[in-house]
Parts: sequence; C-alpha cells; structure tokens
Amino acid sequence: MNDENLERVVREEWGRLVALLLARYRRLDLVEDALGDAIEAATRTWRVRGVPDDPVAWLLTTAGRRVLDRLRSEAVHLRRAPELIIDAEHGPTRAGTIADPGGIVEDDVLRLVLMCTHPALAPEAAAALALRLVLGVSTRDIARLFLVPETTMAARITRAKKKIVDAGIPFAIPGAEALPDRLDTVAQTAYLAFTAGYAPGSGAELMHTDLAGEAVRLVRVTLALRPAAEVLRALLALLLLQHSRRDTRLSPDGELVLLPDQDRHRWHREEIDEAVALLDAIPSARPMSAQAASYLLQARIAAEHATATSASATRWDRIVGHYDALLEVMPSSAAELARAVALSESAGPAAGLRALEQIADVGSHRPSAVRAELLRLLERAEEARESYHLALERCGNAAETAHLRTRLLSLDGCVG
Amino acid sequence: MTRYLLLITHEPWDWSTASEETRDAFFAQHRAFSEHVAEHGREIASAALGDADTATTVRHADGQLVLTDGPFAETAEMIGGYYEVELPDLDAAVAAAALLPPSYTVEIRPVITLE
Repeated sequence: MNDENLERVVREEWGRLVALLLARYRRLDLVEDALGDAIEAATRTWRVRGVPDDPVAWLLTTAGRRVLDRLRSEAVHLRRAPELIIDAEHGPTRAGTIADPGGIVEDDVLRLVLMCTHPALAPEAAAALALRLVLGVSTRDIARLFLVPETTMAARITRAKKKIVDAGIPFAIPGAEALPDRLDTVAQTAYLAFTAGYAPGSGAELMHTDLAGEAVRLVRVTLALRPAAEVLRALLALLLLQHSRRDTRLSPDGELVLLPDQDRHRWHREEIDEAVALLDAIPSARPMSAQAASYLLQARIAAEHATATSASATRWDRIVGHYDALLEVMPSSAAELARAVALSESAGPAAGLRALEQIADVGSHRPSAVRAELLRLLERAEEARESYHLALERCGNAAETAHLRTRLLSLDGCVG
Repeated sequence: MTRYLLLITHEPWDWSTASEETRDAFFAQHRAFSEHVAEHGREIASAALGDADTATTVRHADGQLVLTDGPFAETAEMIGGYYEVELPDLDAAVAAAALLPPSYTVEIRPVITLE
C-alpha cells in the first residue's frame, strides 16, 4: 500500500521535485542521485512509520540533505572555503541566481522543461531527457519510444545531462525573442510524453493516463505563456481529443477496447468540445511550421472520430484525406499504418492490405496485428494466424498481448 | 561563470583583397562581440591565426615524432582564430558568437578547469 503511494507521488511529483532541487542547488549531476536515494529511504521508512502528511516535502527535505552531504564532502575534498557550503544551506535567493531577463513566469518546472529542450542538445536527447527529468518516465519506456536498446538510451540521457552541466546550459526562461523557437521543441516533447503515457510498452499496466494528463498540463502551462502559438493550440486539441477516450480504452478486465467498440457516452464530452473549439479558432489558410500542421491534421482526424455519433457514422473518406495531407507534411510509418487502417474502412480490407504492404518494417508489432485483422476479414485464416504469431513475438505489452491471444484463439475457433 | 573557448572556422579567403567596407564591418562585428562579452563577463584571450597552409602538425607514430605540413584535419573550413571568454552560461556565449561575422562557423567549447 505504502509502496503504491510512493510510486504515485514519484510519478506525479517527479518533475516538480527535480525542478525545486535544481532551483535550490543548481547541481544537475547531484539532484537525480539524491532524489533516487530519497525514494529508496522512503521505501524503507514509510513502510515502518507510514506515509508522511506531506510526502513531497519529505522527499524534498531528504533529497536536499543528500545534496548537502555531497557538497560538504566535495568541499572537504577540494579544501574549499566553508562559506560555499553555508551559502548552499541557506539556499540562493531567486533574484540573485537566475538570468531571467524576461521575468515572464515564476515556474521552476517550466525552467526545467526549457533546460531539457535546449537547442544545443540533439532533439532526440532533449526529448528523452525531458521525459526522464520532467515526467519521470523510466529509461526503459523512453528506449521503447525511440526504438533503441535501453543501454543506448541510458547512455544518451547521461551524455545529455553531462553536456548541460559542462557546457553551462542555463536553468532559466529565455527572453521573449528566443522563446517562440523553443516552443516547437517543448511541443514535441509533450507529444512524445503523451504517447509514452498511452503505450508505455512494458509491464502489466497498458496506460499511464496520469502521465498523459501531465503531458496535457505541460502543454497548458506553455500555452498560457504563448496563447497565440499555433503549435501548442493544435497540440492541445490533439491531446484533449485522444485523452477524452481514456475511460473507455480498457475493459473492466484490463483488456484493450478498440475504438469502434468503445462506449461513446463515456468519452469526456467537455474535453472534445474544448478541442473542437480550439481547432475552429485556428485559421487554416495561415502558414505554419510542418510540426504545427502535423498536429493540426492529427487533431482533425481525432475530431472526426470524436464527433461521429457511432463507429459506423465515421467519415473514413475524410480521415483518409487528412492522412494523405499528413504524410505530405510529415511522413512516418505510424501515419502510413493508420492510413492503411482508414483506407480499409472506406475502401475495403483488400485496399488496406495493399497499403500495408508499402510500409517499411521497423520491428513494431502493430503492422502485423493490423495485417492479421485484415487477412481475417478477407477469410485468409492461415496467413492471419502467421501474422498474429509475429505480432505476439514482437509485442512487449501485457494487455496488448492478451488481446492478440484472444483474437488468435477466436480465429482458431472459426476455422475449427 | 563558465570559461568558453570559441573556435572560429571559416572558408579560406584573402583578407588583403577585402574592400574597406568589408574590413570595417568585420571590425565592427568583432567590437560588438567584445562589448557583449565585457558587459556579461570577461575576455581572457583572443587571437587571429595564420592560414591553414602555414600550419605544422606534430604527432607520434610508432614511437617516432612525425611532422606533417598542414592542419590536423583536412576540411573545407579552417580554424581562423579563437576567443577565450568567461560568461554566465551557454546562452550568453551563443548570443556573443551570434555577433561575429556571419561567414564564421563558431564552435563553443567549455574550458575544463583543473584545481
């Protein structure tokens, strides 16, 4: 019970804890280890004494002590003057330490986000780092997201942190003239975090909707700074539309429920309305970055689903059109796969299967899972079975694996 | 404060044939850089270097000292000079580098300080 509490606190408050510790001690190299030690201490202490009234404050104090211990031993090691430690113990005053000429907002989490997404970092490294430090996504899940081995991702994150420390990347909000360029990267980061929230790819829990909600919050915070930024408005609409279906994606037994079978009455209508209003307010003729256009088109696709009164009333022809436009501005194998699915709905499974054959194999289980469904519709049971098996081989997610097994079994039932 | 070395690379060109306006622009851009640095930190050292074809590279091979005529890396661009500065953070260093002539490519490297 206590471990669950701790896990929840860590997942929800990770970014705030990192940001507060960083604001106070300015030592990225010490903060994460100190926080790790504090969580370990909490695992032992909370089990015995129960969860404290303010778990975040407890973790913050404990991690802060760890940082101070390290600073002290460093100072002794280097025989530095003791005033450095006194300074750290009192904590630096805000005004004196942060280069923040714009003074736009007092938000340590935003400082953390902007530091993680600094353009001096490689984009993939920046996104990975933000997921790790801001949202507390595990290195393993980040590795799945970027389709690289866990060790590669761990090394990438370590390298990015080292660069921040060594190169002096600031923990600050840049001036108004530099901020817009930084928002595209923030949007990308939030989108990847959201994706991670809905398909963590490991463990028994299919979705971390809390995490997806954090990604939505990340966009809202940034959007509040730049209300006119199309990239953030389009992204917020997209995330709200996808997030509005969170309560219907899993059955009570924890099994995956596909879009057509979801109970539309349980979709969060107020979120759909907010998203549609956001989309209506974006002038379509206005030129925007490829990234903004990509979010806008994905949001329009999601809006088609969200506003259809039933699955059979879905305007698949319009969705295929949106996917065609999307593949023009930002080609991806995920969009090609989704287009193949949409095409099979509007033009039949044979057309979908032909589109599927054009997609490059990137090792994901999803194209095989879709292929199996289309082959099944075409009554090619033997080939469908092979595809289910391939998908099962590649799938690392317990809920999706269970779903694939059920489908495979029912196929055997049909044939038998 | 962090110490940075700003390595300036550019395509080889003949300064002696540059027009007066070009030279004035270069001087003004370097002056703007130095003023920015002085305002936010300090300039420790700087130099313009002789052309890459005046370079001599020294390396060890099989226990022998080997001298080679030319720079250590053969690229289209050459290292033309450097600034060593002390500035609050990378953003300040990037802002300073942005003031230098646009024909430059500037590599910013933190200087490791040994206690």
